[in-house]
Amino acid sequence: MDIAESRSQGPATPGPVSAKRPRAHPLVWFVVRRLAAGVAILAAVSVIVFAGTEILPGDAATAILGRDATPEAVAGLRQQLGLDRPVVEQYTSWVAGLLHGEFGQSLTAGVPVSELIGSRIVDSLILAIVASLVMIPLAVALGVVAGCRPGGVLDSAITWTSLGMIAVPEFVIGTVLVLLFAVRLQWLPAVSLLPFDGGPLDVPSVLVLPVATLVIVGVAYIIRMVRAGVVEVMASDYVQMARLNGVVERRVIVRHGLRNALAPTVQVVALTLQWLIGGLFIVEIVFEYPGIGQGLVQAVIARDIPLVQAVAMIIATVYVLITIVADIVVVLLVPKLRTAV
Amino acid sequence: MSAHPLLEVTGLRIELLSGAPIVEELDLSLSAGRIVGIVGESGSGKTTTSLALLGFARPGVRIAGGSIRVAGEELVGRPEAELRRLRGRLVSYVPQDPAAALNPSIRIGDQIREVLRAHSGGGEPAEVSRALERVELPATRDFVRRFPHQLSGGQQQRVAIATALVGRPPLVVMDEPTTGLDVVTQASVLDEIQRLRRELGLAIVYVTHNLAVVSSIADEIAVMYAGRIVESGPAAIVLGSPRHPYTRGLVSSIPDFLTPRELRGIPGIAVGIGGRPPGCTFAPRCDQRRDACEVMPPPLEEIATAHRVRCLEWQRTPPLVLTPSGGASTVTATSPLLEVESLRAAHRSRSGDVVAASDISFSIARGEAVALVGESGSGKTTIGRCICGLHAPDGGRILLGGVELAPRAIERPRQARQQIQIVFQNPYDTLNPRTKIIDEIARPARILRGIGRRESLAVAAMLIEQVSLPQRLAHRFPAELSGGERQRVAIARALAAEPSLLICDEITSALDVSVQATVLELLARLRSELGLALLFISHDLGVVAHVASRALVLESGVVREQGTLGDVLERPQDDYTKRLIAAAPRL
Amino acid sequence: MSPATRRLPTWVPRASFAHSWSARIGLALTATVLLIAIFGPFFAPHSPSELASGSYAPPSGAYPFGTDLLGRDVLSRVLWGGRSVVGYAVIATALAYLVGGTIGLVSGYSRSLVDPVLMRLVDILLAIPPFLLLLVLATGLGTTPAVLIIGVAAIHVPGIARIVRAATLEVSVRGYVEAAVARGETTSAILRRQILPNITGTVIADGGPRLTISILLVAGLNYLGIGLQPPAADWALMISENRPGLDIQPWSVALPALLIAMLTIGVNVLADAIARSRGVSVDEELIRR
Repeated sequence: MDIAESRSQGPATPGPVSAKRPRAHPLVWFVVRRLAAGVAILAAVSVIVFAGTEILPGDAATAILGRDATPEAVAGLRQQLGLDRPVVEQYTSWVAGLLHGEFGQSLTAGVPVSELIGSRIVDSLILAIVASLVMIPLAVALGVVAGCRPGGVLDSAITWTSLGMIAVPEFVIGTVLVLLFAVRLQWLPAVSLLPFDGGPLDVPSVLVLPVATLVIVGVAYIIRMVRAGVVEVMASDYVQMARLNGVVERRVIVRHGLRNALAPTVQVVALTLQWLIGGLFIVEIVFEYPGIGQGLVQAVIARDIPLVQAVAMIIATVYVLITIVADIVVVLLVPKLRTAV
Repeated sequence: MSAHPLLEVTGLRIELLSGAPIVEELDLSLSAGRIVGIVGESGSGKTTTSLALLGFARPGVRIAGGSIRVAGEELVGRPEAELRRLRGRLVSYVPQDPAAALNPSIRIGDQIREVLRAHSGGGEPAEVSRALERVELPATRDFVRRFPHQLSGGQQQRVAIATALVGRPPLVVMDEPTTGLDVVTQASVLDEIQRLRRELGLAIVYVTHNLAVVSSIADEIAVMYAGRIVESGPAAIVLGSPRHPYTRGLVSSIPDFLTPRELRGIPGIAVGIGGRPPGCTFAPRCDQRRDACEVMPPPLEEIATAHRVRCLEWQRTPPLVLTPSGGASTVTATSPLLEVESLRAAHRSRSGDVVAASDISFSIARGEAVALVGESGSGKTTIGRCICGLHAPDGGRILLGGVELAPRAIERPRQARQQIQIVFQNPYDTLNPRTKIIDEIARPARILRGIGRRESLAVAAMLIEQVSLPQRLAHRFPAELSGGERQRVAIARALAAEPSLLICDEITSALDVSVQATVLELLARLRSELGLALLFISHDLGVVAHVASRALVLESGVVREQGTLGDVLERPQDDYTKRLIAAAPRL
Repeated sequence: MSPATRRLPTWVPRASFAHSWSARIGLALTATVLLIAIFGPFFAPHSPSELASGSYAPPSGAYPFGTDLLGRDVLSRVLWGGRSVVGYAVIATALAYLVGGTIGLVSGYSRSLVDPVLMRLVDILLAIPPFLLLLVLATGLGTTPAVLIIGVAAIHVPGIARIVRAATLEVSVRGYVEAAVARGETTSAILRRQILPNITGTVIADGGPRLTISILLVAGLNYLGIGLQPPAADWALMISENRPGLDIQPWSVALPALLIAMLTIGVNVLADAIARSRGVSVDEELIRR
């Protein structure tokens, strides 16, 4: 994750530094620049996605019609699907379609992709948001507590547990949870059965185990990084100086310590959200949760290329957006970067 | 002097959590309005002591015993919350690196206000203004809203001092407050400190490794070595007639740019925390030692009014003799070895080019020592790098023996690369950590002189001897060597190529003063033995005067003055040179 | 700031590696699982594909951990099933270091245009969620082990390139490297003798967490059915395919799950202990995947 590269300002000769006006403009430019970079990256990613999915010979037409189809039928379908055009043209029309909201036709279901993924996106979002709301405040709090007293009893306990948790694969944890709570204790459903026209919010018990799985690993992830950030800040010279100046400890921790640990924490949160996107895939499969992750995996297995491409681009866009927002927030939070922009 | 000293430290002992002592048997007293300088080199424990005067110990360190009384209040054994209330009101601290000590995300006005609130419960803008004006900083609204990185080094230090004075403490502890500043700023901050002492009647503990600086402001001096005070007393007496062999060695190692003299460093290495011998800690390096010295650490004896020495043999310490030398030997002008013509060099960065040096012209004759003098940013290092091919100049020529040199080292013929060698400033990254000393030294001999492996190792062994290093270090790795030893290895490595010109880029700036003296002695000896020409780059006038016969004074990439050492130092023509000389601290 | 006054601190505390608890525990766990994975097949009582008695049979004498969904011996399949997880993860990580390390070295040492160009490419790769990249590649190239290895390696390459580049940059400004440059030594000689030996520390510290992630990725893909396909004996595959029988015969899921967990925890703890003994924090390494 790239923090905005700041050029260091040399020792300033005394001169007026106007507080408000010029600062707004460079910041706006900065945001514009980051967004433009994001668009460029997404363009490159789209090339990778397109090329990655279409590498293998034997294309969509053969996949749909099967191996026994006649060459004429295949050729006809190819023409219909526009697969006989040059690759570059296929790519550009695909991208153009994306930008207009036309994601193509699903090969397996035969309906427009947008119909299939609409509700799935919403369901995945709900899962992600609930998991984040539980995970982030809890983990940040624990990380801060551990970081303020490194080496203490609480810190050791927290560090060791998280070291273990972070290593175990989500599907193992998910499976264990299912074994315990769904199979043995029968408290919670093992599989996410949702009503046809409802969503997970109508049947909240469906969310518990998937969220728990994500939270268990995610919390460990965040705690370690927040703790590292806090430890580094609390060991810094200016925190020691505040203590030497006679500032009360609580104020030292909050005003000097945590305030400077804010920027790294924002980065940690961004990384966690990105990690969460990856975690969704597995968790949705373990619990058969009808989210976009499950949809994507099924599409990959079925080699439903348009579906895979569309979902991949959506996920990539969210991913890149998170990075950009995090960069901007960090620049806003850190005066040294803010004034250098 | 009042009957009750403001600061009274008795028997202070500070140790690591494991029990290893850092500071032992420390006694100190200071009255209001006086300045005491605590002087020591690395490993002396002076910084730990300075923090302890506020009742503070770094993580992993413990104040284990003794007493520290400030204005009657005992600090040792006090709970942290109470100490917090006393700090800033009773005693405050000015740190060495203000950039690191100021919170980068809080405006400086707010930082001062926070300390005000912690002590007087105030925090009115008027008080903040007064705090700034006290250290001669502008109290404008604009200035107050700046962040620390928007101030210069000198301004940052003044803010740190202002913060320390806000609670009106009678005692201020300053830990190397001018070390990171250039000489002119340092002089103005020192003036500031003295003015504040006069106007406010402050008692100041000034901790430093620089005897010259402390001699200009301290009333009393306490010299620390390996965790103990080995000599203390009035400044003039400690510096003029030191009785402890260490103090004497220290004073003899300090070069003076106006009266060049022989430097005598102290042989051996400073003792770290783990390796303190049972008796007098200085004994291993002392040439006056007796058997009794190695049995028990000597007590601090008062040998004259207020003059105390920790040495059994202090009466045998010879008086301080500063033999003037003739300075560096001059050389009759023959055809020049190196000529620099209108050299121009710049640093490229994303935000544009910064000109580091422009229109630099000078020459160096065979066997001559020329100095490039200036503060950081003057371009002196860049010029040195251009000459040895590490930096491509933008314009001008460099000629070696009349032949123009290609800008980059790799483009130059082997003979040119062999003739010019460089030694760098930082001894801790100048040697490859994964290469044995002897191999590191042998390599240039192999590459640049084309000799075989066996022969180059023999050459290396000889060079180890020539730079006065013990042979047992030959097969060690750099991590086991001290800073001074590493610098000698770097010199040996440079000499392995048999150069005719040695470029020394601030080679002693990162070393303790006593070690610096030994390295400078070595350099002088090698010069006379080998007829080596030197390009000596430094900001320290004293060191330069000791080594070079001609000098160029640089400021912001431009030559301000050029001439023989005597002319430049005694009869400066240029304003900048005059300011530099006036600001340079002397004993 | 005027010439450096940075002196080494007079004491630098270091944790001793061999005596730390985390090192011992990490080593024990990792070694146990590795032994099972590598030498397991020699001790398997049955063939991993042999259909024994009925599906999900409970533990018995001949089948100490029962049978799986098709009636195959769970114990034998477990003893055979570690090689794929460990093997692919190790190969993929090694490949990633080869490619990523080269990119990082070249990029970090050359101050020319090569550096920003390579780093832009690396940034683009970094912008893709790891799993997504694997899924996309699987769509295009199918579900062969080669795709698995290349995909996992591709995920690590940008992170490794960045770390190696940063380490190279840091080392290349040190005095001894500049001394070599001033001697006119060739780039390859400098990379070989001066730079490479001095970045191995960082690389090793980075290697531990990276191996853990490789194992997680390989296992995850196998679990999803996008890596190895049935009837291969693989721990992750066993967890997913035996899921329906969870309430009848949990051993078919629990045993491979236990082993995977032991392996990943062990490697992680060990890597942390190694990094700690060198005074490096593993958390920063975990951040860049």
